[in-house]
Amino acid sequence: MSAVRFRLTDDQRALRDGVREALARRFDGRALRAAVEEADGGGAADMDGAAGMDGAAGMGGARTGGAQPGRSGAGGGGAGVARAAAAGGDGGSAGAGRAGGPGGTARTAAGRAAGAPRLDRGLWRALGDLGFFDLRVPETDGGVGLGLAEAVLVFEEAGRALLPGPLVATHLAAGAVPGAATGETVVAAVDGGLVEWLAEADAVRGDTTGAVPLRSLDPLTPLHRVPAGRPDPDPVAILLTAAEQLGTAGRVCELAAQHARAREQFGRPIGAFQAVAHLCAGILVRAETARAAVYAAAVTADPADIAAARILADEAAVRGARDCLQVHGGMGFTWESEVHLHLKRAWVRTQRAGGITESEELLAAALTPETA
Amino acid sequence: MDLSYTPEEEEFRARLREWLGRTLPGLPPRPSPDDWPGRRAYDLGWQRRLYEAGYAGVHWDATPSVRLIFLEETEKAGAPYVGANFVGLLHAGPTIAAEGTDAQRARWLPPILRGEEVWCQGFSEPEAGSDLAALRTRARRDGDDYVVTGSKIWTSHAEVADWCELLVRTGPAAPKHRGITWLALPMDAPGITVRPLRTLAGPAEFAEVFLDEVRVPVANRVGDEDDGWRVTMVTLSFERGTAFAGEVVACRRVLAELAVEARKNGRWDDPALRRRLGRLNAEFRALWRLTQWNVSAAEASGGVPDTGGSVFKLRYSHARQELYDAAAEVLGPDCLDLDRPWTPDRLSALAYTIAAGTSQVQHSIIAERILGLPKGR
Ligand SMILES: Cc1cc2nc3c(=O)[nH]c(=O)nc-3n(C[C@H](O)[C@H](O)[C@H](O)COP(=O)(O)OP(=O)(O)OC[C@H]3O[C@@H](n4cnc5c(N)ncnc54)[C@H](O)[C@@H]3O)c2cc1C
Repeated sequence: MSAVRFRLTDDQRALRDGVREALARRFDGRALRAAVEEADGGGAADMDGAAGMDGAAGMGGARTGGAQPGRSGAGGGGAGVARAAAAGGDGGSAGAGRAGGPGGTARTAAGRAAGAPRLDRGLWRALGDLGFFDLRVPETDGGVGLGLAEAVLVFEEAGRALLPGPLVATHLAAGAVPGAATGETVVAAVDGGLVEWLAEADAVRGDTTGAVPLRSLDPLTPLHRVPAGRPDPDPVAILLTAAEQLGTAGRVCELAAQHARAREQFGRPIGAFQAVAHLCAGILVRAETARAAVYAAAVTADPADIAAARILADEAAVRGARDCLQVHGGMGFTWESEVHLHLKRAWVRTQRAGGITESEELLAAALTPETA
Repeated sequence: MDLSYTPEEEEFRARLREWLGRTLPGLPPRPSPDDWPGRRAYDLGWQRRLYEAGYAGVHWDATPSVRLIFLEETEKAGAPYVGANFVGLLHAGPTIAAEGTDAQRARWLPPILRGEEVWCQGFSEPEAGSDLAALRTRARRDGDDYVVTGSKIWTSHAEVADWCELLVRTGPAAPKHRGITWLALPMDAPGITVRPLRTLAGPAEFAEVFLDEVRVPVANRVGDEDDGWRVTMVTLSFERGTAFAGEVVACRRVLAELAVEARKNGRWDDPALRRRLGRLNAEFRALWRLTQWNVSAAEASGGVPDTGGSVFKLRYSHARQELYDAAAEVLGPDCLDLDRPWTPDRLSALAYTIAAGTSQVQHSIIAERILGLPKGR
């Protein structure tokens, strides 16, 4: 038998492919575009009609099929388990108690910024069906019962698809905040000086006193500024964010290579020019190096490995998106193109968990004589 | 995904560790970089010890995981580097093992394993570097011999080598990748002149090799005539595969030493330097994981490393240069002192983005073979 089996197992591959297919059905390029248009033009979206966003939901009549692939790919783990009321009931008093803590729930605490996007509740419940949120909740508690490695694969797909919403916060609340596990409840979290999706959340973890909306750079991530103390990030949150960045890095690599093969100038595909080809190769190298770091951190769950994964994944996503933009020329600078959405989301994610500085300092401190 | 090793592998690691602990203190002092005969003797002596202890063939017969453990443990213990054995163990040997006849394996492999013969690599020529297939050194068939005339350049260890894995042109009329043949050239054959070249780091690490009507037996040909390009590609994939794994471990040690030094000389108080070292820590951790990732892929595909090696080589060669640039920042003015070991190491690191396929060539390989972009020029 061979030893280091640092590769995806068949089950993990099936899980990834299944989630990718399900997301392609439920939140494809058209749905993404519609969500952006809606957020962009939606100055009217200031009323409080919580559930049932029909903008994006209308894009995919195929919502029903969405649930199975993730489950069946999960190695049989939680296949077929009824998901209703799977969340940890009142066991999560800490989380639930703090939800909407000082300052009450988000919606009453701080209004939605003008033109801020609404969260598609149908999509959120579909993600719940898919096992997005209760993926790591033990089967005995009604969850899917998978581990960090699987969560990383799923969040990588979320990053690829530019899936909107407080995914990490809700995932981490599963089992602690009622309804989070199933996608009934949208949970946001204060992270350093920011909260994503505050106005759309049913519950908020952390102190939102004094939250003010800001005009978010990313059309699909509404943001509030919160006068906060020092961030004390959960390493799992950092890792799942790194996984989303990895998804972005892989996606922009594909987009850049596709465009470099198809677009012609001077009578040949621009990918035949080395300056372009080498930009694309650089995107791939950063993405694949980040992949090794992110997957390894998912296996070890070691804080230093997670910090390293975060640094590599941030770089791969941000620089990858920028180079992808460059490869697209003027098209890359348009609102039409998907590229800017990846760059903007990648920038949002770099601000999570104390930013890159925290991770760099952690890894500097880890350099001790014993490791020399 | 799994990063743990089997009990047998952990047992291998423990035995190796124990052996290294016993053996390393008894090694003779390292020769100076300019003492070529001394370096040859030292490197061969180390290989002989490995042979006697049963570790000689670890690069060949062991699974990639065991090889990784070997590289990790020897590096951690501060054991000698493969040095003059590099081409024999990591280029020529694996090529002969994969492509040679039984008689060829019996002739050339045991002396490599026993630390008796040194090989060098005669691929590059003055007019054929990145465009290796443009090589012009000519081999004409004459009875049972090839008669070889031409010149090679940048041939590492040529001065002390017994054998040279030589690429020659046998089919001048054929398209350039076709008419190439792989020969084992005995370095004491009449007609060979070796002219050492000093590197920017000081010592003469490589040489020019002039070949004037040198007779090489046809029996020394590995693979078919005119099939040398394919034979060569096997060799290069080994070079870019796991050959650098031990060096990543070494870089991680250097990085920790940099932090120790910076804490001592006060530069640690500069957050910009700390963050730079923290980033490098992330980088080399990731490169180690990438090595494990590539090794796992190689294991799954029957042992031959694939294009993942290009991704690693490209990233690693730049990271190594950044490491020693950071060392210069830690040292301050002392970075100009050649007696500080990091200074000559910083100079040697400059070769990494050139040797074994330049960074530009690696980018092109990735663009064409992984991303499917059209062939550029
Ligand atoms: C320390 C050291 C040890 C070596 N040891 C050996 C050895 O033992 N045996 C051996 O055979 N060789 C050896 N080499 C040679 C090495 O393989 C070559 O130097 C290398 O392949 C580059 O070839 P070149 O030097 O002719 O540079 P060139 O090919 O002339 O390249 C010059 C520059 O042009 C760029 N360039 C060239 N072609 C392209 C292209 N198509 N697209 C974009 N850019 C391009 C290169 O990237 C480089 O920047 C060694 C080199 C070094 C530095």
